[in-house]
Amino acid sequence: MSVNPKLQGRVFPPVAPYLVGREKVREFSRAVFATHPINHDPGAARAAGHADIVAPPTFAVVVQEATLAQLLSEPDAGIDFTRVVHGDQRFSYSRAIVAGDTLTATLAVTSIKTLGGHSMVTAESTVVDADGAHVVTAISTLVVRGDE
Amino acid sequence: MIPVLEDLHVGSVVAEADFSITRESLVRYAGASGDFNPIHYRDDIAQSVGLSGVLAHGMLTMGLAVQPVVDWAQDPARVIDYQVRFTRPVFVDASAGAVVTVVAKVGAVDLEAQVARIDLVVTYNGATVLGKAQARVNLA
Repeated sequence: MSVNPKLQGRVFPPVAPYLVGREKVREFSRAVFATHPINHDPGAARAAGHADIVAPPTFAVVVQEATLAQLLSEPDAGIDFTRVVHGDQRFSYSRAIVAGDTLTATLAVTSIKTLGGHSMVTAESTVVDADGAHVVTAISTLVVRGDE
Repeated sequence: MIPVLEDLHVGSVVAEADFSITRESLVRYAGASGDFNPIHYRDDIAQSVGLSGVLAHGMLTMGLAVQPVVDWAQDPARVIDYQVRFTRPVFVDASAGAVVTVVAKVGAVDLEAQVARIDLVVTYNGATVLGKAQARVNLA
């Protein structure tokens, strides 16, 4: 099985909206050793001009996850989950994620490359808020190892 | 005080930190992130796919490596762009855990955009585990 080159350029339907909970932000913050008060204390966050506590820079992966699940389960994708390795990751923010946000993510496959039997799949998840304004784009490159 | 862009010099260290990761850290990250891949908590499964044992989630390493930058910038919202390449695994021993060291240096200064690029050197066991680890920090 190999990755279907026709995936390149495919845009998936938006996933169900994700409501960012304050306790989830705190839980995720503790998990990534984020100790800044703006990650935990609504008073500190408001004093810095934020509506509520701010999520750590990598929190967007939680929102992105459902879009990558879409990609891996796409019937004609040809991506064997057991052969997938995370190659690289990027988050580009227009504004930070704060507790109370309702976020909707849409996945597009922007590139498929083959290199020495391996396939490199670049997937971009564009995340917008309840007003449709851009919040963050999460870009993952997945390396799918070829058959041995 | 919030760092002043004009005072930054390319190559100077702005933050350093050591993080002690244990198996508990991995379970905590699995729950918080929803990534329950068993290679992050079961040695037998990790070994069945050719690894020496349980390894940290790459996204955990990415997530903690930027925290010294957040503390330096004094607001997580100042990190407007963050990227890494996952180059080596961080194996987390069941009893000894693992120590990940982060050194954050000024990579570039863009006075017009009011953005500093901070480059991270992230090491475990004497070898770097992330490549091209860069955070763009808005200091406007």
